[in-house]
Amino acid sequence: MSDALLELNQATIKFGGLTAVSELSMKIRPEELVGLIGPNGAGKTTAFNLITGVYQPTSGEIRFSGKSIRNAKPHDLTKSGISRTFQNIRLFSSMSVFDNVRTATQVHRVHGIGSALWRGRSFHTGELEVEKQVHELLDIFQLRDLRHEDACSLPYGDQRRLEIVRALATRPKLLLLDEPAAGMNPTEKEELMKLIQFIKDKFKIAIMLVEHDMKVVMGICQRIYVLEYGVKIAEGTPDDIRQNPKVIEAYLGTEEAKQKPHA
Amino acid sequence: MKNSGAKRWLLAGIALALAVSYFSAQFNRYYLGIAIDCGINIILAVSLNLINGHTGQFSLGHAGFMAVGGYTAAKFTLVFESMVPDSLKPLLFLVALVLGGLMAAVAGFSVGVPSLRLRGDYLAIVTLGFGEIIRVIVQNMESVGAASGLKGIPKYSTLGWTFALAAVTVYAVSALVNSTYGRGFIAVSDDEVAASSMGINPVRYKVTAFVTGAFFAGIAGGLYAHHKQFLSPTGFDFLKSIDIVVMVILGGMGRTAGVIIAAILLTVLPEFLRQFADYRMIIYALLIIVLMMARPQGLFTLGAKKKEAARV
Repeated sequence: MSDALLELNQATIKFGGLTAVSELSMKIRPEELVGLIGPNGAGKTTAFNLITGVYQPTSGEIRFSGKSIRNAKPHDLTKSGISRTFQNIRLFSSMSVFDNVRTATQVHRVHGIGSALWRGRSFHTGELEVEKQVHELLDIFQLRDLRHEDACSLPYGDQRRLEIVRALATRPKLLLLDEPAAGMNPTEKEELMKLIQFIKDKFKIAIMLVEHDMKVVMGICQRIYVLEYGVKIAEGTPDDIRQNPKVIEAYLGTEEAKQKPHA
Repeated sequence: MKNSGAKRWLLAGIALALAVSYFSAQFNRYYLGIAIDCGINIILAVSLNLINGHTGQFSLGHAGFMAVGGYTAAKFTLVFESMVPDSLKPLLFLVALVLGGLMAAVAGFSVGVPSLRLRGDYLAIVTLGFGEIIRVIVQNMESVGAASGLKGIPKYSTLGWTFALAAVTVYAVSALVNSTYGRGFIAVSDDEVAASSMGINPVRYKVTAFVTGAFFAGIAGGLYAHHKQFLSPTGFDFLKSIDIVVMVILGGMGRTAGVIIAAILLTVLPEFLRQFADYRMIIYALLIIVLMMARPQGLFTLGAKKKEAARV
């Protein structure tokens, strides 16, 4: 088999008459940083939802770590090593920062219902272990001082960061970031780029990034896939993509298209 | 170890209940009865709070689970009472209660699994229908007295039994929720999609909440049966479910302490306001409307909990 961590093979999904993603093939290797770009409505988030098990492909195949993920539920995939953030932040709003991260650690079952009720020695050592893990993560991302705050009371940038920390707490092999730079100012974007690079090096995981901001994508991704109307129109290094006429056309339109815009 | 405090609190609660119960012969019987009602309602409200509060589901079927537990336990003691010597009566009662709880849990499972594809209002309607089905079944079952009710149930429920079991319920629900495992209930309530992406199986958590909640409702039903010594299907209509829901809403969804206070308040107040009993449901409805506008987080909520680790 191939060395790919994630492999999409002609994955297609149709909603009624609309083909949101059409015969998409892509590969992500371990510890690779890949970008997925495309104009609005190109099917980027749908592709994410296919990979994370939210949607099932109408046809085609998706493999993760060599195994087909057909019919796997999102929580199963999290267990096998796919974690994600959301385009519109989805933190657990009634919980503290600490609890948000703590909740994500339980995918690797420190204890179950029986142990939570009985509260024996193993329960307490398990909880201490979780506490240690969460504190380590919060320390790395400078969120420890905020750990008692309600997650939804954090400033926007911190909420984004917390969502990434929560995703990392599931100990993923592949981290999917859905528009992490949305709503950020240039300085914050600068910091985000450093952060993503740092995560990749520190945790040795593959990262896939959906992003609108070209500067962010071009700046950090090793390879980029470009979607338009659900179809892959290009793939390659940032330099390849920058010079690809199809991509330029998709983003800027052709001379002809400018006069006769798409309906 | 400071963490082991939770179990100590449970034991203290049970001990206190039994100690007070020892002197219960000296209490006025009327007040004693109300006190036992309070304990039963605490069990009902705290267990419903796991489903409606912590897990964010909307169940209107709690009276149905209570009925399953109550009738099961009552029938069991009625059948076996004469075969058991007096010294073993407490054991008989315990077995009856647990059996009632287990039957209710089975009911909770069977209503939970199919209806968990539904959310919000739809789930409420299904659980409401379930409660009514239970009531109608009981109403037509000759073996449990049908519409005329089940009479002559021995009086086993004491203050000690009731409050010891209330302590167990409060302990169980808090211990579950205040653990890393239990944060999953709240995660499901906050955002099911995000919870699922964090490796939490929402269906499993919802079913667990239903089964656990129903189990304790069944225990409460058993206590109720051996307290009133008489069960009638009309006692488990949907207004009873509404009563319990009001306790949870008033106390604050997902706030155990608030829900306990609300359960006591809503048991005691109607006793003092007997002359307005006909208007009770109108008052409840108004109460909820006002509450939703003025204090949607519940009456007895002091603000968000800021607890770090798994400590009850």
